[in-house]
Amino acid sequence: MSATLTATTGSDAVPAKRPDYKVTFGRVVRSEWAKFLSLRSTWITLAVAGLLLVGIGIMGAYRYDPTAMRGPSADAHDAVTIALRSTELAQLALGVLGVLATAGEYTTGLIRSTLAAVPKRLPVLAAKVLVYFGVVIVVATAGAFLSFLGGEPFLHGKAIALTLSSSGVLRCLFGAGLYLALIAVLGAALGMLVRSVAGGISLLVVLLMLLPVFLDILPSSWKPDVSPYLPGLEGGAGGSIIALHQESGTLSPGAGLAVLCAWVVVALAGAAYRLLRSDS
Amino acid sequence: MIEIQHLVKRYGDKTAVDDLHFTVKPGVVTGFLGPNGAGKSTTMRMILGLDAPTSGSVTVNGKRYAQHAAPLQEVGALLEARSIHPGRSAYNHLLALALTHGIPRRRVDEVIELTGLGKVAKKRAGAFSLGMGQRLGIAAALLGDPQTIMLDEPVNGLDPEGVLWIRTLLTNLAEQGRTVFVSSHLMSEMALTATNLVIIGRGRLMADTTVASFIEQAGGDSVKVVSADSARLRELLLGPDVTVTGEAGSETLTVSGLSARQIGQTAADAGIAVFELSPQAVSLEEAFMTLTGDTVEYRSNAGSASQTGAPEGSVAA
Repeated sequence: MSATLTATTGSDAVPAKRPDYKVTFGRVVRSEWAKFLSLRSTWITLAVAGLLLVGIGIMGAYRYDPTAMRGPSADAHDAVTIALRSTELAQLALGVLGVLATAGEYTTGLIRSTLAAVPKRLPVLAAKVLVYFGVVIVVATAGAFLSFLGGEPFLHGKAIALTLSSSGVLRCLFGAGLYLALIAVLGAALGMLVRSVAGGISLLVVLLMLLPVFLDILPSSWKPDVSPYLPGLEGGAGGSIIALHQESGTLSPGAGLAVLCAWVVVALAGAAYRLLRSDS
Repeated sequence: MIEIQHLVKRYGDKTAVDDLHFTVKPGVVTGFLGPNGAGKSTTMRMILGLDAPTSGSVTVNGKRYAQHAAPLQEVGALLEARSIHPGRSAYNHLLALALTHGIPRRRVDEVIELTGLGKVAKKRAGAFSLGMGQRLGIAAALLGDPQTIMLDEPVNGLDPEGVLWIRTLLTNLAEQGRTVFVSSHLMSEMALTATNLVIIGRGRLMADTTVASFIEQAGGDSVKVVSADSARLRELLLGPDVTVTGEAGSETLTVSGLSARQIGQTAADAGIAVFELSPQAVSLEEAFMTLTGDTVEYRSNAGSASQTGAPEGSVAA
């Protein structure tokens, strides 16, 4: 580099001192963090997810009626289920946040700038995963705790009431934060895989919400074998992570987490392959 | 320095770039010319490693782009398509790029100042005009103070002031010893800024030359002279490297190899009355079209009485 410069500026010219720039993984993470902070849409999505998580949880506790045969209270066996029912909606907002993080770069064309700066490519995916996992696990865990604690006074003295010190409660609340953070990462992986916001969101909805419904069409004997291994909440791996009591036929929380992680890893592997191998 | 060796890019059975082979040298502006769809943008994307070549190789300053520790310090590029998130401000866009390399914020402010984006730097880039978007792209290209600057159609959408600014910028960058590689589909624009020329058509190399020799091949500069005694003037003007053409008995001559000033002086010394003396600019655009005419990808024949049609976007000629 400096050789070329000296050659072109003449032999007696002092080669200009070039600043010592270098791409490092830490810097790529800082760049992705700055990108995250500087978009209004990410803040809005994150705020919506937080509000859903807390608002619906507290509302559920407030409206809880043990005598109801129908409605939201009917299948609520414990305070944790009420507090975390909102996970079902929050996962969509946070999954979309993940999709936007990656597919958004393709639909806007920003990916060309990004990959010109980091042509090794994989650090970009890794940094995005790190940033979004980090942000979402903090926001979602806080949301889960606020939802539970905010609903506690309304359930006080009722049969389903629980406190943070009740057995399994902390596991469920932390589990909900972890589940939502993994869903955001899943969204990011799917977005990078299909490179389209609409496609990424569709895929996410299919995986999390439509597959369990689709299983009902198939022979009924299949469902118990397949359902626990789906990533979503409804009878799937995600449900095992955040449920206080495991229903029969579902996985244990640890096994559920392992299954969900496997989904995320497979999606990430696909995303990494596409990122490295296809033109951008 | 950009070295392109036997570069091929195929999309399915369509060949976008077909065995390109040339070197872009430092210290001068090299124009990269071709009709729309000739493969200019694809070539530039391969230089940056955004697209992988089907075969052949591209190196920048001796290495593949992706192998450099600080790529933005090697090549700064403005690509044809917008490469920004419309929701982010110009400043934050540049900052995010700078952070990947550890480029200080001071440098972000510098390039914003340099490209005249100071007033709009905090606004959402999605609201930028085409010209402002181009300036932001150029700011990003200059961010790493790169050895090689590569701009795809930089004058697109710029107002006359902006076009002039680009010309000066390119010339200055080349004078600092940098490699400057600029694509355009307008020969006239390149003739004003570039020294070297790489011309491609339908992905193939048509010419790897200099602007000077391209002009010479195109017929050089000539002067039209209308005088009282064209036969005698012709005799007086003829000499080595001078050609004079004109029909016998006509008052009009076309002279190449001499300036209008020299011709006028000769005529005055000989006492020949001159009625018209006008330098004839060679239409570089025409010469360029002749060269690439067979390779034009998209023709617009509809509604045209002409048999050949005109290449799209070449109205400026």
